Formats: sequence, structure tokens, C-alpha cells
Amino acid sequence: MPIVSMKAVQKWYGDYHALKDLDFSVEQGERVVICGPSGSGKSTLIRCINGLETCDAGSIVVNGIELTQRSDSVAKIRSLVGMVFQQFNLFPHLSALENCTLALTEELGLTQPQADEKAMQYLDRVRIADQATKRPAQLSGGQQQRVAIARALCLEPELMLFDEPTSALDPEMISEVLETMVSLAEDGMSMICVTHELGFAREVAHRIIFMDEGALVEDRDPVGFFEHPDNPRTKKFLSKILR
Amino acid sequence: MKELLIELIGAPLGTIVFQLIFAAQYTVYLSLIAFVGGGIAAVFITLARIAPYKPIRSAATGYIWLFQSTPLLMLLFLCGLGFPHLFQFQISPWTAASVALTIFTSAYLAEVWRGAIGAVETGQWEAGNALNLRYVVMLRRIVIPQAIKFGLAPTIGFLVQIIKGTSLAYIIGFQDLMLVGKRWANAPVDGSEPFVIFPIMAVLYFCLCYPLALFARQLEQKALARGQ
Repeated sequence: MPIVSMKAVQKWYGDYHALKDLDFSVEQGERVVICGPSGSGKSTLIRCINGLETCDAGSIVVNGIELTQRSDSVAKIRSLVGMVFQQFNLFPHLSALENCTLALTEELGLTQPQADEKAMQYLDRVRIADQATKRPAQLSGGQQQRVAIARALCLEPELMLFDEPTSALDPEMISEVLETMVSLAEDGMSMICVTHELGFAREVAHRIIFMDEGALVEDRDPVGFFEHPDNPRTKKFLSKILR
Repeated sequence: MKELLIELIGAPLGTIVFQLIFAAQYTVYLSLIAFVGGGIAAVFITLARIAPYKPIRSAATGYIWLFQSTPLLMLLFLCGLGFPHLFQFQISPWTAASVALTIFTSAYLAEVWRGAIGAVETGQWEAGNALNLRYVVMLRRIVIPQAIKFGLAPTIGFLVQIIKGTSLAYIIGFQDLMLVGKRWANAPVDGSEPFVIFPIMAVLYFCLCYPLALFARQLEQKALARGQ
């Protein structure tokens, strides 16, 4: 059973056709990188998976659960899917640790000590346990993004979505976040990453997808994707980005 | 205190100042009633205004729109004179003024607080949603704690507007600083001419409002400093 299966998905923003009759699926344990020019629908695609955007037509099934407008299906799917945002979206009034424990105590019924213990494990996992008591504003961008990854991991998701996780970072901080993602990949986590970090894509992705104007233009293994892409638009994109 | 004032500034003026200060306490009480009552009502209206169900949102928007675009003076007339006359019931100036000011305050504060909640980045809601938090948990643990820093200063600032707004309640016979002052200003007593009374009243209103305005400005600067 695929972890994500999208069929004939359509999304409109007013007149703008953001996703055009899109078919897309990801297997358990698979790591997929999505790239493409801005406005191509990459973010919309992954935001549809956990219901942050609602699609206008088509079906989305996550781990056997069909995503519908009903809030219980949305909640079930969200409990399986972790998400990391471009702007981190950490809660600024809470410490790194509290960012991680909030959902554990409020929604999963853990006691504060249990939640703290679990959160510390994951903060340690992203090598930031020593900064646990700090507020997001006291951390660097790279550290904030690693806290955001730990926060998502605390809920033990089956699938992780990354929406341009390094695009808002200073260059010297990108690698620490990518290393964290690589180590997640090594543990066999299913991942869908929207990113332009093609070195990362080459290293960890099973498949690389190139999107343009709301459609999947290219869907290949990394070697094929970089060495001999089929579509002229992919070639053009690669020639621009791989200089 | 009355004797002390008469000793200090002479007979008619001492009595007048004492009566004005005495009446000012009712201005304070009415302001507090309006602020607390309006604040409590505003909590519910704000929650309705941002509720995930459109009919509830629309009702709250309508309430805010209706009472924000109604002059306070008209609300006072309606509560103190219009409705009692229309439906043939008695209402004390206290009740009428409290109701009118509470409605006025609730609509205004609800709009301020909705704005404060709107100022919290949408990314915060998205992160909460992605973490599968319930709506109430997101509000209580994420959004409201952040919205308070945007809403606190304008809320205190509005308290100043309420204090000044209570002065209109004299029109339906509410015994406050304004009514007592006006009565003295019209009285044929030497030393109680309008040009004497009104500045004294202005000073009293100033003494009530200025500390609050100062406090609001301080909060605002603190919020700004934290934002940077």
C-alpha cells in the first residue's frame, strides 16, 4: 500500500489553476524530492497531503485513509504526517522543548515529565538538546529548523513533508539541516521534500520530480534525472540551476 | 476633605471642587462597569468573530458593524429614553448608561482583539494544524498568548476613550462629573461661572485619563522593543 496516493487532483486559486489533474504516489519508505520553478505548485501539492490546502477535485489517500472534508479524516491523516515549513513556524513564546511537548501533553495525553523525556530524545536526535530551554529567537535559523524537525518527529509520523526547509536559511546553516534530513533518510523515514538542494536530492532521493505549471513534468530516479532528463523543460531548469 | 478644601480655596469653590471630585467616582464606576462588562462580552464576540463556522462569524461581524457605526450618544438615548418609552418600562440612568456603554465597548474591543489575533502569523495556525492540535488548543496555547502583545496597548488606550465617553451619559440624567459640573456652571452662584468650572472638570478628566494613556504608551513601546 502506498503511503500517499493522489489521483486526478485539481486545485484552483480563483482563476489560477495550481494543480492540473495530478496523479502522484509515494511508497512506504520512499524518499521523493520535488523541484521546479516558483509557482509550479510544489508547495500546494504537499500542503494538500495533510489538508493545509483543500483540493477542488480528485482523491488523496494517505496510508489507507481517504482525505475528505470531514475533520476526523483530516485529524487521522495529520497524526501520521509531520511537516517542516520554510519559515520554521516555531511558536515564539515557547522554548524549544515546549515547542516539542505542546502536542504531546495537549493531544496525546502524556504527562509533562513523559513529554519532556520524549522531546529531549528527539532534540538530541537533531543534536540540539543543549539548547532545549532557549526561545526560538535565541537560536540561529539552522537551529530553529532542527527544532522544528524534532517537533514534528515527536509525534512519530509515518511520513515527513518538507516544504523548502532550507530556503530561508543563510548558506552556512543549510548543511546542518540537510545532515539532519539525511540521517532521517538513513533511518528509513518516508519523505517528500520540496527543495532546490539538488546535491541532497542526488544523495538521498529514490525519485526526483520536476513540476512546472501545476503538472508533474518529470518523475525519475536521480541518475536518470540528472544525466538524461526526458523533458526539455527539465533540461532548461537544470541548466539554470546547475551552473 | 470638604472642610479642608473650603479652608484651602474658599467657600463656594471648595464645595464645588469637592462635589466634582465626589461625582468623578461615578465616572470611574461607570467606566469600570463598561470596561469589565464590555470586556467579557467582547471575549465571546471575538471568539464568534473568528469561529470556523460562517453563520456565527457573520452574526458577530454584524454586531460589531452595527454598534461600531452607531454613535455612543444615540445608544444612550435608545437605552435611556427610546426603548423605555417604546415598551413602557422604567430604567434607571445607571442601568441605561451601563448597558449602552457595555454594548459600545464590547463592539469596539471585539474588533481590536480580532485585529490582534489576525496579526498572529498564519504560519502559527498552520504549524498547529500540522501538529494536529485542536482549534481550542491552538487558540489557548499558541494564538492568544501571542495576540495579547498586539492587543494590550490599544485595549488600555480604549479605556481612556470609555472614561471620556461616560461624560455623554449626563444626557440621560446620569449623576457623574459631567452632570454635576454642568449644573454648577449653570448655577447663579458667584465663583461658579462656566470658565471656572469647565477647566476644573477638564483637569479632573485629565487626571483620570493621563496615567492610563501613559501606561498604554509604555506597553506599546515594550511590545515594539520585543518585536525587534
